[in-house]
Amino acid sequence: MGSPRYFYNVAGKMIPWFAVSFLLTLIAGIYYGLFVAPPDYQQGESYRIMYIHVPAAWMSMFIYMVMAVAGLISLVWRIKITEITIISSASVGASFTFLALVTGSLWGKPMWGAWWVWDARLTSELLLLFLYLGIIALYSAIEDKRVAARAISILALVGVVNIPIIHYSVEWWNTLHQTSSVTMTGKQAMSTSMLIPLLLMGISFKLYYGAVVLMRARAEVLERDRNTRWVRELVEGEMK
Amino acid sequence: MNPIRKKRLYLIGMMVAGIGVAAWLALNAFDENLMFFFSPSEIAEGKAPTGHPFRVGGLVSNNSVKRKPDGLTTAFDVTDNAETVTVEYTGILPDLFREGQGIVALGQLNESGIFVASEVLAKHDENYMPPEVADSLKTAHDEGVNEMQQQVSAQ
Repeated sequence: MGSPRYFYNVAGKMIPWFAVSFLLTLIAGIYYGLFVAPPDYQQGESYRIMYIHVPAAWMSMFIYMVMAVAGLISLVWRIKITEITIISSASVGASFTFLALVTGSLWGKPMWGAWWVWDARLTSELLLLFLYLGIIALYSAIEDKRVAARAISILALVGVVNIPIIHYSVEWWNTLHQTSSVTMTGKQAMSTSMLIPLLLMGISFKLYYGAVVLMRARAEVLERDRNTRWVRELVEGEMK
Repeated sequence: MNPIRKKRLYLIGMMVAGIGVAAWLALNAFDENLMFFFSPSEIAEGKAPTGHPFRVGGLVSNNSVKRKPDGLTTAFDVTDNAETVTVEYTGILPDLFREGQGIVALGQLNESGIFVASEVLAKHDENYMPPEVADSLKTAHDEGVNEMQQQVSAQ
């Protein structure tokens, strides 16, 4: 499993499955979300931006957790694939965080009356974006990629305290941002007809992340192993 | 697990726990500043800052919204179902502003205890439902209230 060559081949076979199931759930989620789900009793049609906003916000935290766990494994066991997982995830995570912030802002202006407020939820999510950008910057600043991977593993683990803060910010403090509508336990604060497309989009975004992180990790594996025999053979095979 | 890995795991555990404690202490120290708004009860207890603007948040009381003759100023009561603060605001209110809606207003208390706001934001809650469901919930609620009133008057 740890062998880069084995990973490269298996990942190559998995990507199409992730990509196809991503597209199918995306189409289903968008169709249900935009055409089938009823309008909201208060917000009318404009609540539908949550079908992008909420899954993007979930992903921003989910990807960070993946990176922190991969960082822990990298530091303790020094496994190359988990090192590659961290840096391959960082820019995807940063994009989802940015998407969550932008869509939230677009919704906030008509609903709250403000593009941005410095409440605990919005501020901690912005901090998460800076953490992602910091990880990307730190990785590219260090020449030796194994040293760089160790540095970003530590940074990812330092930043992990922000994740519970983001999640519980709406409960610990008074915030303008509403509390969670969708919870693992207890009564849902969202009607089922609106919840189904939201969950579909949530699954879709995870599959997208799966496909993209595998693509990026394969490229990273090739670059790191560019001087090994298996990569040379692979390239020569492609040339013929 | 070999001793080197065990040691690394231990060190990382200590690091994350240390940062967690530091973050917890910092957040506790800044608790008041992290509050985006104060509830009317907290203002009544004197927890809200005096001398500089702060935010008050709560529900707009039913039948409390009054337009001033100038047509721009609105006065309304904000409540957390325990205490009430009267808010005065000159300007355009957000779309979601209505009686029973959660709002957050930025401003200062004047001498007569009226909160003069310079900004009013609507606070949306976590409930999402289609209009029909909201209607039937409201009907059921009203029927329940009527029934209780009838029972009370019959006694």
